[in-house]
Amino acid sequence: MNEQIIQMYAAREEIYPREAKGRYARLRWLFVWLTQLAFYGAPWLQWNGRQALLFDLAARKFYIFGLVLWPQDFIYLALLLIICAYLLFLATAVAGRVWCGFACPQTVYTEIFLWIERKIEGPRSARIALDRQPPSAAKFAKKSAKHLAWGAVALWTGFTFVGYFTPIKLLGLEVATLNFGPWEWFWVVFYSFATYGNAGWMREQVCKYMCPYARFQSAMFDPDTLIITYDAKRGEPRGPLSKNANGSGGSCIDCSMCVQVCPTGIDIRDGLQYECIGCAACVDACNGVMDKVAQPRGLIRYSTERALDRGFTPSEIRRRVLRTRVRIYGGILLLIVAAAGAALYWRVPLKLDVIRDRGTLGREVEEGMIENVYRLQIMNTSEQAHVYRISVSGMPTLAQQTEPLVRVEATETKAYPIRLRTAHGVGQPGSNKIAIELSAVDDPSLHVKEAAVFFVPR
Amino acid sequence: MADFTNGFWDWYIVLLTLLGVIGCGVLLFSQAKVKLAKAADGSVGTTGHVWDEDLSELNTPMPRWWMWLFYITIVFALAYLFLYPGLGSYAGKLGWKSAGAYQAELKTAEKDYGPLFAKYSRQDLKAVAADPQARAIGERLFLTYCAQCHGSDARGNKGFPNLTDNDWLFGGAPETIKETILHGRVGMMPPMGAALGSDKDVENVAHYVLSLSGATADPIKVVFGKDKFGACMACHSAGGKGNQLLGAPNLSDKVWLFGGSLETIKETINKGRTTTMPAFQDFLGDDKVQVLAAYVWGLSNDPGKPAPATPVVAEK
Repeated sequence: MNEQIIQMYAAREEIYPREAKGRYARLRWLFVWLTQLAFYGAPWLQWNGRQALLFDLAARKFYIFGLVLWPQDFIYLALLLIICAYLLFLATAVAGRVWCGFACPQTVYTEIFLWIERKIEGPRSARIALDRQPPSAAKFAKKSAKHLAWGAVALWTGFTFVGYFTPIKLLGLEVATLNFGPWEWFWVVFYSFATYGNAGWMREQVCKYMCPYARFQSAMFDPDTLIITYDAKRGEPRGPLSKNANGSGGSCIDCSMCVQVCPTGIDIRDGLQYECIGCAACVDACNGVMDKVAQPRGLIRYSTERALDRGFTPSEIRRRVLRTRVRIYGGILLLIVAAAGAALYWRVPLKLDVIRDRGTLGREVEEGMIENVYRLQIMNTSEQAHVYRISVSGMPTLAQQTEPLVRVEATETKAYPIRLRTAHGVGQPGSNKIAIELSAVDDPSLHVKEAAVFFVPR
Repeated sequence: MADFTNGFWDWYIVLLTLLGVIGCGVLLFSQAKVKLAKAADGSVGTTGHVWDEDLSELNTPMPRWWMWLFYITIVFALAYLFLYPGLGSYAGKLGWKSAGAYQAELKTAEKDYGPLFAKYSRQDLKAVAADPQARAIGERLFLTYCAQCHGSDARGNKGFPNLTDNDWLFGGAPETIKETILHGRVGMMPPMGAALGSDKDVENVAHYVLSLSGATADPIKVVFGKDKFGACMACHSAGGKGNQLLGAPNLSDKVWLFGGSLETIKETINKGRTTTMPAFQDFLGDDKVQVLAAYVWGLSNDPGKPAPATPVVAEK
């Protein structure tokens, strides 16, 4: 028979990553601390008597320290996403998947969950042995303890996540009385479950089968991108120390430590693979081994495809960092950051929509004067109440018939109808361009101008 | 059945949907295991698919849970089609309807705001008008439901009365205003040209009507017009003072619904006028109308003081 039946789906093989120790492991833990201090801590910060960071979806207002963003400010979210995308492009072009290896929540939570696993079940060999054991009370106790610890971290994460959208102190009180709303329940449980499932069970499968980043990394890599490399020229032919002792073999002693520490279970010695998340655990592991066998470090190291090929020195690699691709990414990034910063700096926390009454085009009133009616939608996006003065311009004799001072409470919207008049015979029949301006009485920098149309009947 | 021109299409949709879902399941099942040719060394390295001459597909298996996710989507689809409408004209076990969802949302809103409106519905209209919160609610209701015709400033438009001048077609007592909003009004002025006689008679009556409010008019035509005005008095009363029971406007003030020029008055007499204020009882309900009526009354009255017994002549 020249054919074979092949399963297109296979059960996952459990990966037991060995703990790596070294420079890059320390760097990763630094990032775990930084990102998690920010994530768990930020919702507890206070600002002017309210939560400093609160995304109030129900009221459609985003509070970010001194800034209150409304749905009309959605452009800033777009800018933020574009900035994030270009940061990712830039970082990937320079140093490969550093995001994946050090800062991605999937990596960070997996690192935390692995730490818990190690504390409870022991190192790699102990974990493998435990999983092979037949069911026993001791095994059950260890597994339960692990899942309970995981669950606790996951629940706290879910709680913190929801705390960005509902005031977290209130949420804390609700936890104490178990008085959650249905949607709060749903999101806390959902986010906790996602954390527990992704960091506890799914782990590398998220990177391998779900995340699109791995699949388009080749579009952002080039021969000068820093990647985790195995120096095959120096390492091969690999073999045990005893066999290579006479100096005829390569530096690789085939101890397989680089495979054991790999969180995605690959062998870096096969070259760059889409599964590699660039965590550099194998670099740490191999350097440790090289130290022990009294060989120079760097058999597995950060290097580039071209550097390996041509035997570049580190300074030659560095010289190629500022290449055209990197300059373009950096330039665009700088431009967008500057534009977003400027837009935020000059943003006026006051918005005005002018809605002309369509039922009454142009109303003729006494002495042939023409009157138009507008509804001003005044949005005070600042956190103080203000009195605004309305002024109009654009046509001779154009004047307001309504009270020009209007008070709008903090972060409130007010619909305010105004009537404008011109004398008989002023302006073209049909539409005339005018402008309606709004400025706060107590703060002239709060000023907006909106174009509008004044209609003169034919 | 109303969705389809005949019963065939109903079954067509049902079969197409079910065959599609089941077809996905069959495809998934049949492709979970495939027979592949062995390479020369006896191993099976690729699926045998080759693109662009040398791009071949490795047979790296997907995780098994991935396959179960596919099966779960099929179970989900079948459960969904059983519970919700989707299979032809089958209404679904739960009987869900978009109209029902709308009604449910209305009910939730009613539960939130009902007590507030109920509080006002128990109060006197003038007391409601004096309540600043009720006025703010009334203003928002007005801007949403009334401003299209009466204008954002409530000053009306040609054919739509000004609500701020305390000149009322059907009466300005708070209860009357509420009545107007609840049940609507139809104002009808019949074409009177034929009844009055010739074009000349119409012209004379128009001059007389102008004179009633002190506008410039030809004194001779006024005298002739006054004779013919008898036909109008049935509704507009003697001296053109109007009749609020019929919604007949007072012709002796300077408030004009359609315009006070000679030409417009002649047009009104010749062709008649019909105006409609729609009824809002079914749409808004009594409680909201209470707040709205109080707001409208408050536009031309100082809440807290009794309304003037006789409508004052319009301002300006």
